[in-house]
Amino acid sequence: MDPESLFQRTVNAEQKIEPRDWMPDAYRQTLIRQIAQHAHSEIIGMQPEGNWITRAPSLKRKAILMAKVQDEAGHGLYLYAAAETLGVTRDEMVGKLHEGKHKYSSIFNYPTVSWADIGAIGWLVDGAAITNQVMLTRCSYGPYARAMVRICKEESFHQRQGYEIMMTLCDGTEDQRAMAQDALDRWWWPSLMMFGPHDSESTHSEQSMAWKIKRVSNDDLRQQFVDMTVPQAEFLGLTIPDPDLRWNGQRGHYDFGEIDWEEFWDVVSGKGPMNRERLDQKVSAWEDNAWVREAATAHARKQRKSA
Amino acid sequence: MVYEAHGATDDSPVGDGEVGRSEWPLWEVFIRPRRGMSHIHAGSLHAPDSETALQNARDVYTRRMEGTSVWVVPSAAISASDPHDESLLASADDKPYRHPTFYEIPDEVGHM
Repeated sequence: MDPESLFQRTVNAEQKIEPRDWMPDAYRQTLIRQIAQHAHSEIIGMQPEGNWITRAPSLKRKAILMAKVQDEAGHGLYLYAAAETLGVTRDEMVGKLHEGKHKYSSIFNYPTVSWADIGAIGWLVDGAAITNQVMLTRCSYGPYARAMVRICKEESFHQRQGYEIMMTLCDGTEDQRAMAQDALDRWWWPSLMMFGPHDSESTHSEQSMAWKIKRVSNDDLRQQFVDMTVPQAEFLGLTIPDPDLRWNGQRGHYDFGEIDWEEFWDVVSGKGPMNRERLDQKVSAWEDNAWVREAATAHARKQRKSA
Repeated sequence: MVYEAHGATDDSPVGDGEVGRSEWPLWEVFIRPRRGMSHIHAGSLHAPDSETALQNARDVYTRRMEGTSVWVVPSAAISASDPHDESLLASADDKPYRHPTFYEIPDEVGHM
């Protein structure tokens, strides 16, 4: 049997592909692109939340937020390591992010202007991420699937702490409830955009499904997320900013309005409110801390010489 | 493009550590989840030396009491079997007599 048929037979049999197995070059390149983009998203995702660490409303909230941001760093590192098993180097990936040649999730190009945004991110953004990531635990590439298992376990804390922030605000004063509603108003549509273009517009989907990198289509994942989240918003007493949202008994799902695709493509192409700032901050963190990397390398060399 | 699996077939020296070398060597991390169990592969990371690798392994892979002991091993020190060479691990296939179920023992004998 030729290697490509053997590869596809392994995938079809729900067996995992491991680093040293033969794989089509396009499969390898698709995974590198996707895993790197996923890793970059975790790393850039530390910024909008890190923005509130010094202003968290209590010591407990500050400790929780620090743990969460530290998790995001960890998730980025698991994912970079998974991508490296495909032969790409860490430097290559980080370099491409810094040069703007690799993308990260557009959701992080929106600003976090109030404390309620930290609640909304945990609840909605991490909720949407979990919907996608639970699917990816069944991805055909072993190292990616294993990284996803670890990540999903930890994301559950992220979503619950976010929802708890929203509950606390919704149980508070009129102003606090308004803050929670305002955060939902701003994060709802960008969260739905996280699932990507419609299936009919999605360029990579069909091949990724055949390779079992992707197991569920963008539109189906988005529907799952809406169905799961609407009752959670109702429990909070908040209103989802979509006049077309209603239960469809025939389909057994919520119907919802159309995403503003112009905004989606604008943010993807770099015209979001925070694109420039996020990347600048990432690059300067890398450059300003070069001395730490150099010092550690010099120390290691010195230790080896004296050994 | 042909890629090698990381570490496993690379026999370059680990961590030549020159300043300016942009990327630190890769380490494989193994964690013993609790006493009585073997160390299990958790993932990998970059570090300039074993001491830093252990510290990074603590931060990256054990934020929630995942283990009672950590090993870090230079990835380049691992020799791996070739997944396309079926002969190495196939030998047990034709030796079913190595398994207890190969032998028929009457029920009257009891548990054996």
